[in-house]
Amino acid sequence: MMNHSYWQLFISVYKKDVTLAFRQRSEIVNPLLFFLIVITLFPLAIGPEPALLTRMAPGIIWVAALLSTMLGLDKLFRDDFNDGSLEQLIASPYPLPLSVLAKVLAHWTTTGLPMVLMAPVFALLMNLEAQALSATVLTLLIGTPLLSFIGAIGAGLTVGLQKGGILMSLLVLPLYIPVLIFATSAIDTSSMSLAYGGQLAILGAMLAIACVCAPIAISSALKVSVN
Amino acid sequence: MWKWLHPYAKAERAYQLCNTLLPYFAVITLVCLVIGWVWGLAYAPADYQQKDSYRIIFIHVPSAILSMGAYSSMAIAAIIALVWQIRNAELAVISIAPVGAAMTAIALLTGAAWGKPMWGAWWVWDARLTSELILLFLYFGVLSLYHAFEDKKSAGRAACILAVVGVINLPIIHFSVEWWNTLHQGSTITKFDTSAIDPSMLWPLLINIVAFAGFVGLVTLIRLKNEIIQHEKHRPWVRELVGRGE
Repeated sequence: MMNHSYWQLFISVYKKDVTLAFRQRSEIVNPLLFFLIVITLFPLAIGPEPALLTRMAPGIIWVAALLSTMLGLDKLFRDDFNDGSLEQLIASPYPLPLSVLAKVLAHWTTTGLPMVLMAPVFALLMNLEAQALSATVLTLLIGTPLLSFIGAIGAGLTVGLQKGGILMSLLVLPLYIPVLIFATSAIDTSSMSLAYGGQLAILGAMLAIACVCAPIAISSALKVSVN
Repeated sequence: MWKWLHPYAKAERAYQLCNTLLPYFAVITLVCLVIGWVWGLAYAPADYQQKDSYRIIFIHVPSAILSMGAYSSMAIAAIIALVWQIRNAELAVISIAPVGAAMTAIALLTGAAWGKPMWGAWWVWDARLTSELILLFLYFGVLSLYHAFEDKKSAGRAACILAVVGVINLPIIHFSVEWWNTLHQGSTITKFDTSAIDPSMLWPLLINIVAFAGFVGLVTLIRLKNEIIQHEKHRPWVRELVGRGE
């Protein structure tokens, strides 16, 4: 009986967040547009030589992914904090980490997943070869939920502040560095036609740890922000 | 042990403990710093290859060690503050953070000053340099998060959470950056018996490390005293203290 209701809580929080995002489509489209624009800026700034772009593509795609994830993070808890539903979640008898997990996954579904789906297009724009393409999609698939988990800690800490946005990027971006290193190195390795399973495995391990630990950190951060 | 420790959760007792410890730290810092610097900078023999410019090791290495040591002690204090809800531990976190940040900055600056003549560049994107720089960012994160909150009670707790998250990430960051790129020389004094450094240079270096550790402790204690006084300023014992002009 209890397990059943935990599952219901998870599903209803997840559904609510995803539905809200789909009602306001700009929330889904804007980070994607931002991603596209950042990627457009690089060839303009460093020159359009295809060889140069191929060399820099993994880094550019991943930096753009980090930045557009940051863009959506501020909204993650802000609305719920303002209308008081966050307080209700904390006060409810259900474990807060569970509802936080649902919220983070909903955030990933609406910002990370579209990025993963659009990744082949971006990879083509940056002149990446076919073999690096699958690596790009795979690293984004494992890496973007990781970004959502880590970022949500920063979002939870700063949600009570008036101007939390810029502070949050200061807190979160240093923590993103390992993800960036392993993801770009996986794409680099794959473009040399070598096996990149090792980097993916490390990313996967980091995701597993984040899945378990991050919800706890996020919920204690939220409790500080709301109290 | 708990019986012995828990009285210090009370602000007044913690303040008294600071006062008791302060002179010891001051003496250790002063004595070791004078001996270490004079010995290291003036009397230790010059390096056969790097000549006198190697002497920056006597500042660079202790500050680099202490930059990490301060972060770990900050994280330990943060865990204590979060788990046992001890307010003084939160204050300790905030007292250590700027000192640790300063140590990190000193390590980076002295490293840059040494790197210019030796490597021919102020900065290279080497693993150790990069992880030290990221450590500085983590310190800045804790500090700016603390100062962003109006309510200092939640500010302390938020800073503690961030410090704990940071210390979990620190090894991951360190090893990923190490794996990414390495140019920095390995540690010189990891194993004492087969140390790669001559005893005539090792001893002043060790004394300097002790001196810097004492210095970090000293400044932290002074800052902690200030924080305790500020947070407890409405309590009678603080009024009495201020009234006595101590």
